[in-house]
Amino acid sequence: MFVFFLRRLGLLIPTFIGVTIASFGFIRLLPGDPVLLMAGERGLTPERHAELLKQFGFDRPLYEQYFDYLIGLFQGDLGQSLVTKKPVISEFLTLFPATFELSLCAIVFAMALGLPAGVIAAVRRGSAFDHTLMGTALVGYSMPIFWWGLLLIILFSGILQWTPVSGRISLLYFFEPVTGFMLIDSLLSGQKGAFASALSHLILPTIVLGTIPLAVIARQTRSAMLEVLSEDYVRTARAKGLSPIRVIGLHAFRNALIPVITTIGLQVGVLLAGAILTETIFSWPGVGKWLVDSISRRDYPAVQGGLLMVALIIMVVNLIVDLLYGLINPRIRHAKL
Amino acid sequence: MTSIDQDAAAATDPIDAREGGLKGALREFWFYFRENTGAVAGLWVFLFIVALALLADIVAPHGPTEQYRDALLTPPVWQEGGEWRFLLGTDAVGRDMLSRLIHGARFSLFVGCIVVSLSLAVGVTIGLVSGFLGGAIDTVVMRMMDVILAFPSLLLALTLVAILGPSLTNAMIAIAIVQQPHYVRLTRAAVLGEKGKDYVTAARVAGVGPARLMFRTILPNCAAPLIVQAALSFSTAILDAAALGFLGLGAQPPTPEWGTMLAEAREFILRAWWVVTFPGLAILITVLAINLMGDGLRDALDPKLKRS
Repeated sequence: MFVFFLRRLGLLIPTFIGVTIASFGFIRLLPGDPVLLMAGERGLTPERHAELLKQFGFDRPLYEQYFDYLIGLFQGDLGQSLVTKKPVISEFLTLFPATFELSLCAIVFAMALGLPAGVIAAVRRGSAFDHTLMGTALVGYSMPIFWWGLLLIILFSGILQWTPVSGRISLLYFFEPVTGFMLIDSLLSGQKGAFASALSHLILPTIVLGTIPLAVIARQTRSAMLEVLSEDYVRTARAKGLSPIRVIGLHAFRNALIPVITTIGLQVGVLLAGAILTETIFSWPGVGKWLVDSISRRDYPAVQGGLLMVALIIMVVNLIVDLLYGLINPRIRHAKL
Repeated sequence: MTSIDQDAAAATDPIDAREGGLKGALREFWFYFRENTGAVAGLWVFLFIVALALLADIVAPHGPTEQYRDALLTPPVWQEGGEWRFLLGTDAVGRDMLSRLIHGARFSLFVGCIVVSLSLAVGVTIGLVSGFLGGAIDTVVMRMMDVILAFPSLLLALTLVAILGPSLTNAMIAIAIVQQPHYVRLTRAAVLGEKGKDYVTAARVAGVGPARLMFRTILPNCAAPLIVQAALSFSTAILDAAALGFLGLGAQPPTPEWGTMLAEAREFILRAWWVVTFPGLAILITVLAINLMGDGLRDALDPKLKRS
């Protein structure tokens, strides 16, 4: 297992280097040099310009700059935001828990509905439930989620007035963040109604962000279950007289889980991309909204750092999924890569 | 992973499609495609949208940017205060929603066509060369594709647009760049499966040059998964372009692009439901129709499913 882990880690190195080169190169692809970008509208005298170029090291060869950038990376230095003048890494880390909480709720929501729905559809293949579910899943899969979010706001916040429109918690409550997760922090604060407020803010964004993963997981679970249900060992289990629940739950579902886990792992990228839209609609103070705002404010170091962090997170999650995969399936662990 | 399976499956009977020539292949395809009612429905809806887009100037009752100052935020005709002039109501500056939606179909289909052709052409060429030549070039190319795939596609497209500047053209370029690694991988996998086959060796022995070998001998036998991928990426392109428009980084107002229309409508969300509902519905219906077709294409082109 350890060898498998090392091999998988080794495969990541070229991608890691590529990702750092991409995010390093990004700021240099922009028209104008970085100093001019930082100066913005105010402009600079040519002398001051040359001085600043030297000060930041932009006059040195590109490869030296890249190595400096890499060294900075390993020390947790992603540069400084042009707007807030704070380190990009600390901005990212302050906002990330909000995105993480939302994404986690969304994937739990998607799994809680998608897995059972997919299993039932597979077991009752061709039934009305199966057709309805697959139809709904295809609609969910084709959904422009930014529009879906607006529709839910019209219905639940506008007409029914059940849920708030934006933010993570009502302004009535204030407490210092402990974990960064609003649901936990609101409970810890002990303020009456805080948890309910946090929860009601979370529901719509969770549904919006979870919709596409839900559709994908339901479809994938169904097709994986269908494949497994036609296997010989399932027929054997049935012939032995095991109860249908045991056959489906224990023999079939566990083996169907392998491709499903891969699918769930692949949803991380979908979630982070979806977070950009979801957070923008619900004014959710997370990484996605921050990235969009940074792009429109032309805060390039923030975009650069955010891009890198998001790519790294996706790489790490994919690594974890691969390792889980190896853990579940010995054939993969021992295969020659 | 499934796509690779499809490649392998498609590769097992390369002669199949050639038997009756193109006509026979098309007839066979239609025979299997027809079985899938959803796909046929999707095809009809899609053709209807294409017709609307082509005939937009004739069909649309008003111009897409024509303003009626006396009819701001008029509700749809069936609601109180609606007018027969404006079947689906008007937006905040008095433009007819229906006309804008019909004209918007042009932009979405245009985006889909351009993005698919661009990413298909570039991706297939890179994939063919990479798979055919192998070695160091192959390794470098595939690692580069891994890097592109390491970023969420929408985020990468956003960043590229931030570099290139917000416009529909740049949004299309960005989305095409983000999508082409999928074609590269598919083509390369298919080429690796085909390269060692006897018919390729035979062609090589007969003195066929590398370019002809790649594009004329091997490529047609890798077509099935690429066609399915093209359908899927057509719908993704429409969704992504609308998302970029919604974030203000795609088509710019007053272009009647559906995502951009949604962005403009956001502030009226609680006052005028129709300005928000219809553009999104248009996106959903178009994307859904294409995805239904894509499912049908996959079933019809996948020989593994045909036999069963």
